[in-house]
Amino acid sequence: MEIKNQKITVTSEIEEVKQSGFSRRKFLHFSGLMGASVVVVGSMAGLPGCKKDDKDGSGVNLGSGDFGVLNYAYALEQLEAAFYTQVITSQYSGMTSSERGYLTDIRDHEIAHREFFKTALGSNAIPALEVDFSSIDFGNRNSVLSTAKAFEDLGVSAYNGAGKLLTDVNFLLVAGKIVSVEARHAALIRELITPNSFAANDIVDANALDKARTPAEVLSIAGPFIKTKINASNLPTS
Amino acid sequence: MNLYNVINEIEKTDPEVYDRLDGRREALKRFTGFAGKVAALSLPFMMGSMFKKAYGQNSSAIVGVLNFALTLEYLEAEFYKKAVSTSGLIPASDMPGWTTIRDHEVAHVAFLRQAITALGGIPVIFTAANFDFTAGNGTMSGPYATVFSNYDTTLAVSQAFEDTGVRAYKGQAGNLMSNNDILTAALQIHSVEGRHAAYVRYLRQKRGATNNKPWITGNDAGGIPGVAAVYAGEEITTQAGVQITGINGMSISANAASESFDEPLTKEQVLAIVDPFII
Repeated sequence: MEIKNQKITVTSEIEEVKQSGFSRRKFLHFSGLMGASVVVVGSMAGLPGCKKDDKDGSGVNLGSGDFGVLNYAYALEQLEAAFYTQVITSQYSGMTSSERGYLTDIRDHEIAHREFFKTALGSNAIPALEVDFSSIDFGNRNSVLSTAKAFEDLGVSAYNGAGKLLTDVNFLLVAGKIVSVEARHAALIRELITPNSFAANDIVDANALDKARTPAEVLSIAGPFIKTKINASNLPTS
Repeated sequence: MNLYNVINEIEKTDPEVYDRLDGRREALKRFTGFAGKVAALSLPFMMGSMFKKAYGQNSSAIVGVLNFALTLEYLEAEFYKKAVSTSGLIPASDMPGWTTIRDHEVAHVAFLRQAITALGGIPVIFTAANFDFTAGNGTMSGPYATVFSNYDTTLAVSQAFEDTGVRAYKGQAGNLMSNNDILTAALQIHSVEGRHAAYVRYLRQKRGATNNKPWITGNDAGGIPGVAAVYAGEEITTQAGVQITGINGMSISANAASESFDEPLTKEQVLAIVDPFII
């Protein structure tokens, strides 16, 4: 099942619940539908927790439980690391030495995150993903920094939304150690684009909370940059 | 979504819902009270919290964590209120950033107070008179005596507060795992503090603290005296038993390894750091 389709399905069910008010029967109906769809997807994609490549067309399966969530993070770190590696390999014109220093640091941080997840997941790790950066002009500062901003803000919202999906306190702690570094990256990149926009109200709400996104939301935003199809249907939802 | 209908619908399957919610009037008062005060966005969060209390999940430990967080947010909010309102202190170029941070910390105070109340707890309360931002424990002549007269000192104290805040929330996340809504909100505050920290560190680096990058390198205190405890432990390069320096043959230096992961502080460590600032 492709992530976009899954998102549409879930959204329409949520709409149905919203429109009808919150009756207990509707709620159970909703849960039942969710359960059914998970079972169907599970049987199509193999046993939960089983990583798979794309041979049967179902995409790389992130798996279930905490390992699924960590594979989800691993996928995002792969995307970020590949991006910044390219940024440093083919530097945009007019890159200042200060910018080069920051972007090189960020590249190294993202590689460290990626390799950490790969090592920690061991045999549970998904394979290397193929990225698609055809929409990015690496020779252009604007293109590079606006993509960096989008990736960093997305990463922060992904970790914020994934925390509650983890059951092992040690995994939660590691995710917490990484997300604040992603927030530091996001703030710096935003400062390089527009001074004093490190936590502007396009990303931080009226309660001064950063965004938190579900895996489905994150993967649909990241989708255009990842050629490999990702199957997130076995991830926990709460 | 009609909030009254929510309770009515639950009543059909659980006639005792009003008792669980301390009686109908109290329940509805809570709903309407909150509905009036908080943005629609926060309502699911408030409802979830209320039901968790009503259905007997323990929330006192969570209230304790949130009151700890609230104490830190008060410290920050009062600091930024004073800094922003001190004329001639903050350069015009940086003022938008400072007012952003002030507004965030004030909003965090309000948000945490609501969350604690929703959980049936009593939020702590502090005013400007409770703090000594010179770190003099009430003498108002501590090591940061120029905190509101010298911008570099203001920045230094700000950086120490923000980096401490990031570490404090990180250290408490595990204690909030039993309540997904609260955990998520805490993470959402945590990353905002991370953004603040990076911004203030960036300003300091531009003003001459050349090694003080937006991220923390080793346990480097960025030239700020008296804050070793804020950065102690940040230098580690091993995560969950995995050595990050040179991981998998990659050229990851020890500095990059330490920068790429922020470290938690315990509540006791944090309270020791902020103690000189609280009268």
